[in-house]
Amino acid sequence: MTVTWQNLADGLLLGSVYALMAVGIGLVFGVLRLVNFAYGQLVMAGAFALALASQWGWPAWAGIVLCFAVVLALSAAMEWVVFRPLRGHSPAVMLVATFAVAFLLQSIALLWFGSLGKIATSLTFLGRFWTIGGVDIRKIAIVAVIVAAVCLLLLTVLLGRTEIGLHMRAASMDFSTARMLGVRANRVISFAVLISGALAAVVAVMLTVQTPLVTPDFALRDTIVVLAGVVVGGLNRPIPATLGGFAIGFASGVLGGALPTDQSQYLPTFVFVAVILVLLVRPRGLFDFSRTVERV
Amino acid sequence: MRRYHLDEVVGPVVLVVAAALLGTLVSISTQTYFTDTLVKVAIVVGLYVFIGNSGVLSFGHISFVALGAWTAGVLTVPPSEKPAIMPNLAGFLQHRHADNVESLLLAALVGGIAAFLVGIPLMRLSGLAAGIATFAVLEITHNLLQYQERIGPGLNAFSSVPETTGLRQAALGAVVCIVVAFLYARSRFGRLLRATREDDAAARAVGASVYRQRLIAFTVSGFLAGLGGGLYVHLLPVQVNSVYLDLTFITLAMLVVGGATSLFGAVVGALAVSALDSWLSVAENGTSLFGWHIDLPAGTAEIVVGVLMAAVLILRPSGLTGGRELRLRGVPWRAFASRAQA
Repeated sequence: MTVTWQNLADGLLLGSVYALMAVGIGLVFGVLRLVNFAYGQLVMAGAFALALASQWGWPAWAGIVLCFAVVLALSAAMEWVVFRPLRGHSPAVMLVATFAVAFLLQSIALLWFGSLGKIATSLTFLGRFWTIGGVDIRKIAIVAVIVAAVCLLLLTVLLGRTEIGLHMRAASMDFSTARMLGVRANRVISFAVLISGALAAVVAVMLTVQTPLVTPDFALRDTIVVLAGVVVGGLNRPIPATLGGFAIGFASGVLGGALPTDQSQYLPTFVFVAVILVLLVRPRGLFDFSRTVERV
Repeated sequence: MRRYHLDEVVGPVVLVVAAALLGTLVSISTQTYFTDTLVKVAIVVGLYVFIGNSGVLSFGHISFVALGAWTAGVLTVPPSEKPAIMPNLAGFLQHRHADNVESLLLAALVGGIAAFLVGIPLMRLSGLAAGIATFAVLEITHNLLQYQERIGPGLNAFSSVPETTGLRQAALGAVVCIVVAFLYARSRFGRLLRATREDDAAARAVGASVYRQRLIAFTVSGFLAGLGGGLYVHLLPVQVNSVYLDLTFITLAMLVVGGATSLFGAVVGALAVSALDSWLSVAENGTSLFGWHIDLPAGTAEIVVGVLMAAVLILRPSGLTGGRELRLRGVPWRAFASRAQA
């Protein structure tokens, strides 16, 4: 196995995208104790918005605006129709419920757009290569790393320096105590769900550059892998969750390119065996070094 | 005093037999839907044995269905056709052959052993961790079956497996699963496991080992899931993607819609969701109901089932039956029950 710069760039790209998805899933888990299996379908909806926009001949910026609008509206609807009535149920029930929502959204996409999917073309210029020091690197890899870094930085500022951020951190540490101290539950939860939706829209833009063909199962596999990564990293805290998402994306990206096909086809097996091992040995997550006793 | 509520097993069996009898009245092409429904009943009852009694979620049971299907399929494809479907099959499997019943028993056995081996490490987990870990098992099984052509057809479908699962075999299989599930639930082990579901700490305090009880239930439900897989591969040409996420979703939907904590709920859910799903699939090709012509767009069935499952989870999390067993009043069960007292 030889790892080229190209493989590393692919790893960074996938790692950045997965890190953002991990943050999106982790934020909602923090305030609601709900693992959103339907997160990938938010990304899928955004990707279809981009594909439709490029089919209608809209400029790239208008497509991105449409993508954000669709994903944010869908997130709000999900919070209103599904998450809110489910509040207080056991995590397992909520996981099955979001599993159902994921399938529902996927079937709706299948009904509307067919299984062949649509192609998002307006951003393909980002998929071209830049030659840096004799190495061909796709522009999207660099854009993704920068966008992910900016998003994470903004999020750190938001969580660390603003009032709503403080409320969110308090709510994810202990929801009922936070409420007693005057944190408004609905506001904090809606806010977390919307930020998580905005991140899904960002992910949709980046994934459609990488894979322009948008099908109803777009981002489904990615969500499964990210969920595994988030659990491996540590679901209870945002930074370990993000690291877990990045690590699993980086590893998949590098190994997927560097291993010969007869080995890389078994990559999911290795990844998920690792997931089970981590769950058994370090149920709080690989990167969670805090002393809290709650288990995932 | 232990009393056997025979109505708890008679009710589900009567429902299955009624569905099978109804299936004999319709055309051959419609009959396939009934047979398929009865196989789903077998699989969902298998799910119930673990999920219903333990209260722990499992996304991994379709792995055992897949292994059962692979076992029964590999052993019953006619030897002359094996090189065409499974060119890379391992040597020791190339000439082994089993008849219908043997293949079903072996399918159940493989499902049970796999569940036992998987359960040894995994039954320590509960809640969300159990959900994710069993999901990982499903992913691993799917990945291995997809590319390991030494043990099966890989991405090919199991064509030319003898189609022995008709209405009778499916109904018999479903009844076997129901009886096993009933006997397990009434046994000491089933009662202990339900005690851990209701109150973990109290059950531990009276000496129940949560780990051991869960492992027993997981193994039993693996047997039933394997049997369901064997029945399935004898019904239609199973392919690696037909025993993956879609089947996981629809069987979990059936269990949840019916009411996960009772055998009656599992059977009612499987029959109700299957009936709805089948009718909608027929309606997608155009049908008529009470003189109305109905022609639904393809994919409606999945959407309706998805909405139904989400709605039941949100509005009535204990399912259609409320998660309770069927209890008939006014029937002299005591006469039977007093004889069965332990």
